[in-house]
Amino acid sequence: MSANAHAVPGRFPVPAAPRVPAHGTKLGPVSVGDPELHVAAPVSKVGLSEICLSYRTQSGERLLALDRINLQVRAGEFLCIVGPSGCGKSTLLHLIAGLHSQTSGQVLVDGHPVDGPGTDRILIFQEHGLFPWLTVAENVEFGMKMKGIPKAERQEKMRHYLRLVHLAKFEKSYIHQLSGGMRQRVAIARALATEPDVLLMDEPFAALDAQTRDLLHDELERIWSETGRTIIFVTHNVREAVRLGDRVVLLTFRPGRVKSEFPVTLPRPRSLEDPEVALAAREVLDELRDEINRSLEAEYQEGVKPRIEPGVEA
Amino acid sequence: MKRASKYLIFYGALFGVWVLLAKLKIWPPYLFPTPWGVWEELYTGFQDHTYWIAIAVSMKRVLVGYGISVVLGMILGLGISSSKFLEETMGGLLVSLQSLPSICWWPLALLWFGLSQNAILFVVIMGSLLSVTLAMEDGRKQMPKIFGQAGRNLGAKGFKLFWYVLLPASLPFIVSGLKQGWAFAWRSLITAEMLYMSMGLGQVLMMGRDFSNMSAVIAVMFLIIAIGYIIDGVVFKAMERHLQNKWGLAPAS
Repeated sequence: MSANAHAVPGRFPVPAAPRVPAHGTKLGPVSVGDPELHVAAPVSKVGLSEICLSYRTQSGERLLALDRINLQVRAGEFLCIVGPSGCGKSTLLHLIAGLHSQTSGQVLVDGHPVDGPGTDRILIFQEHGLFPWLTVAENVEFGMKMKGIPKAERQEKMRHYLRLVHLAKFEKSYIHQLSGGMRQRVAIARALATEPDVLLMDEPFAALDAQTRDLLHDELERIWSETGRTIIFVTHNVREAVRLGDRVVLLTFRPGRVKSEFPVTLPRPRSLEDPEVALAAREVLDELRDEINRSLEAEYQEGVKPRIEPGVEA
Repeated sequence: MKRASKYLIFYGALFGVWVLLAKLKIWPPYLFPTPWGVWEELYTGFQDHTYWIAIAVSMKRVLVGYGISVVLGMILGLGISSSKFLEETMGGLLVSLQSLPSICWWPLALLWFGLSQNAILFVVIMGSLLSVTLAMEDGRKQMPKIFGQAGRNLGAKGFKLFWYVLLPASLPFIVSGLKQGWAFAWRSLITAEMLYMSMGLGQVLMMGRDFSNMSAVIAVMFLIIAIGYIIDGVVFKAMERHLQNKWGLAPAS
């Protein structure tokens, strides 16, 4: 696998060298041209080392979902993970969130191994993660309530974060009264309100229409730069990944392995329509295509694809 | 409007047949109570407070018994739904126990608790506990898993997770089970009261039998139906509507 066979020098303003096939490669500052990577903190914010996950299918065979995943995420980094459906990218987020555990390997946050959920890592789901029996305000306050933060403080923060996502007027609404885009903004506010260090986003905009998604990309980028959180963002949409991420990590189709990494140093704010974004995305897509084909092939052969569902116990 | 006129026609006709049969005097009134006889019973029953007291006593018993059932049933259902072992063993036992009329517990209840309120409560609980338990178990299974994950992710665990996430998340799925539990509790109570003389609607009904006063029997039957209907149509309807408003769901039928 030649790392930069498709690189077009000069058009994608990233030295082609950083695309490093990650099999067995020790990750670290991979880019010579990217000064940011050299000031990496001694301990990364989130570190995945040799993560494997296998589980038993209904027919009893053992299926390897994730295979020796190694990843280091810097504090404040916006990392995007892309891969075909069935590569286990959502599952990876669930592992980081501590919602279930890997078969082997370690998830480290600030150098400490993760053993269960913690409010320093909040997961934003694709859809339906909000509580329909609570109002918008109560949803946003939920995490703080669980922590036992007094009501006055909770409400103040709730208002602050609702303003941040431009939903101040919808405090008293119930979730079903909001549009899809508004719901995801509530989800972002709810996650931020627990003041996590790491935001884990599991295809949060996949179910939204294109206009709403564009808008939320802008908002997320702004919120990220205002709050300085570390974001790990999973998507199957390569353009979205390039538009948002500091770095795009490509996973292979079952078992999920890190295939390659693409630092993205395009200036912000970016837009999906930027030709540079499109170009960079094409480069990632070229590598992803093989995986997508493998995924489709498996689908045709097996009829029903044994999806790796987050939440399936290994 | 249309529905109201349908009701009017149907119940009017039913009542008309009753009046007609009573007027024809095919059977003597002590075999076939007349509408006016039943009306008189109802009137005097409420006038001399017999029915008020009976209703109060019965309601108190059913509320206590049903309340205990709901609490116990939710705990049991939660336990069963979160353990594969319990689900496979106890789950099956509960389903088979459901075919047992709760009044079958009466002889044992008498032995254990004596001829007392507690014996009645026991029968009421046995009548409704299973419905609530099975409903809770089923509700937990139907409830989208994502709510539990989101709750744990936001720092809820143990009792807080149950109280603030799992319980409210499963409510729309257990409300019909709660309703069924209520119906069973009410039926079990009346049956138990008919066997054990200590006020309550069941006893008033049996008094009607003992005095061969079939008008009184019918009058109490009306009361039993009316109360069951009111609780179902008012309390549970309100609960369903409330859930519907919050969740934006069609009401559970």
